[in-house]
Amino acid sequence: MKILVPLKRVADPDNANKVKIPAGGATIDTTGLEWKPNPFDEYALEAALRLTENGASPKARQGEVVVVSFGPKDMEPTLRSALATGADRAIRVDAKDDQLDGALVARALKALIEKEKPDYVLMGKQAVDGDSNQVGQMLAQLLGWPQATFAATIQEEAGALLVGREVDGGVLTLRVKGPAIVTVDLRIVAPTSVFSKSTARTFKYNDGVRFAPLPAIMAAKKKPLAEVKLSELTSDTALRVEYVKFEPPPGRQAGVKVKDVGDLVHRLKNDAKVL
Amino acid sequence: MQPLFETEVHAQLRAQARRFAQQEIAPHARSWEEAGEFPRELYRKAAEAGLLGLSFPEHLGGGGGDLALALATSEELLIHGRSVGTVVGLGSLAIALPPLLSLGSEEQQRRFIPPVLAGEKIAALAITEPSGGSDVARLQTRAVRQGDHYVVNGAKTFITSGCRADLLTVAVRTGGEGHGGISLLVVERGTPGFRVSRKLDKMGWWASDTAELSFEDCLVPAANLLGAENSGFLAILQNFATERLMLASQCVAIAQLAYQETVAYARERHAFGKSLTGFQVLRHRLADMATRIAAARALTNEALHRLALGHDVTALAAMAKNTATDMCCEVCDQAVQLHGGYGYMREFLVERLFRDARLYPIGGGTREIMNEIICKLEGY
Repeated sequence: MKILVPLKRVADPDNANKVKIPAGGATIDTTGLEWKPNPFDEYALEAALRLTENGASPKARQGEVVVVSFGPKDMEPTLRSALATGADRAIRVDAKDDQLDGALVARALKALIEKEKPDYVLMGKQAVDGDSNQVGQMLAQLLGWPQATFAATIQEEAGALLVGREVDGGVLTLRVKGPAIVTVDLRIVAPTSVFSKSTARTFKYNDGVRFAPLPAIMAAKKKPLAEVKLSELTSDTALRVEYVKFEPPPGRQAGVKVKDVGDLVHRLKNDAKVL
Repeated sequence: MQPLFETEVHAQLRAQARRFAQQEIAPHARSWEEAGEFPRELYRKAAEAGLLGLSFPEHLGGGGGDLALALATSEELLIHGRSVGTVVGLGSLAIALPPLLSLGSEEQQRRFIPPVLAGEKIAALAITEPSGGSDVARLQTRAVRQGDHYVVNGAKTFITSGCRADLLTVAVRTGGEGHGGISLLVVERGTPGFRVSRKLDKMGWWASDTAELSFEDCLVPAANLLGAENSGFLAILQNFATERLMLASQCVAIAQLAYQETVAYARERHAFGKSLTGFQVLRHRLADMATRIAAARALTNEALHRLALGHDVTALAAMAKNTATDMCCEVCDQAVQLHGGYGYMREFLVERLFRDARLYPIGGGTREIMNEIICKLEGY
């Protein structure tokens, strides 16, 4: 099985208070921000690794996992760290963040996918910076592939993936045959969320994303990391989304003490206006 | 700020150690410290995350890295795990195993090291005795060869992880007086005549156990002797030099944590109508804390970097240890002071760090012994 995992780097959400918005609010100042992989994409990578191994002996890889990211050269450590955890190859599409929007990334990914011909594309349901939640769906439309979004569980069975989606009324299970797009939710990294065809159904993974031991980190430096120009993938580099204005969230107001339930309801109705 | 001399590899290991500490240690830090123990299971988890034995050779299950990599991760474990006792307990293998590397045969290394680096067995180093610690050359625990065994009699104390250790690297006297008569033996749990006589109650480092051990006609297989008889002293000294850098680096991390806690508290706490950081006298104290941490970190990193370049860092490591341990005690003391009454309460982290810090000018060679080393090398 060959799986392609698009991976975006985002500003570390733990340091969100370091995000600066210059006067005018037209852009975000990214100097001094620490970067890390979008958590949902890390979960997608973990799911892809689980689908291409027997959980009991993960060193023997049973498929190919290719990670791809859009960004400047200084984002390569993010790709190398994906290689260290077990991905086989990495591709960096050279681009700056402000040259991109979801639609353009989807168009470029389409061209790359047609070249790479993966069986599945696994990706995070959304990036935690823009929270757009659209690239996976757009990509499925552009490719004409089936999609299963917000996957909480994936089981490989009879040449297809059984994808469990948590919906309001319970769990919806889809059977998707590759090639297909699967976007993942956070529960995909729970101990019994993903089973490849060779992993015993009684096997339990450690909760969360796997760690890369030092020898794997060193070996990852020798794994292939290709660079592709954005213009090689799409001639249409026009942006469909224009950022009009950035504003920091309003500072937290001091709380108030309420006398009784009547006062609470009154304030919820008239001050907070949530009732 | 990215630490000097550090690469992408350090950054990646730091990120992983941080994640491990936040997930596996921090949520339990206080309860493990209060209970005086952390679960054995944590060794296996840390091993699976690739965080045990980073500086040990790959063929023995280690990471194949150097001391600087190991210390960068331990710094993250301390700052984000928020339990000094847990991290030093996990780390006792880093002082127990190096003599096996320098003196042990290939067979001994293959037998003893991999299970420890896999987190299946706990290793401890046993040098100090009730009658003396600083004066290593005068240690009294005696091992007499009888056929295929050594008969060991004596006692050890202040042994980190000693209560739960499955194997101990023990310094014994096999020859005459002085440093020329000392050997190192690996003693396994369950060896007849070996027992843990007491779990010691300490001022700090609560989550890590500290033992008093007794050897009464303890029969240790002669195959467990490391290197030649009476050749142990040099390995002990070499081990001390790296241990000092480990302790210095722990001090930098502990002080950094105490400082961060104090800055956060000083921002939030209001007195006389403004936050504590609004008072010049108090914010200058924070600035002094930050400065002293930076100075100790710089010296520790210089010693580490020189060690990697192959320089003799005996004196520099002793200086780094004294600088860092003094700094850490002072910073933690100021952290308690700035927290006021809360700083004296067990529910506040700085209270615990203050107690943890007091070990460092004593353990791994006292402040006074460090100065003796410096005097000797300086030639007066």
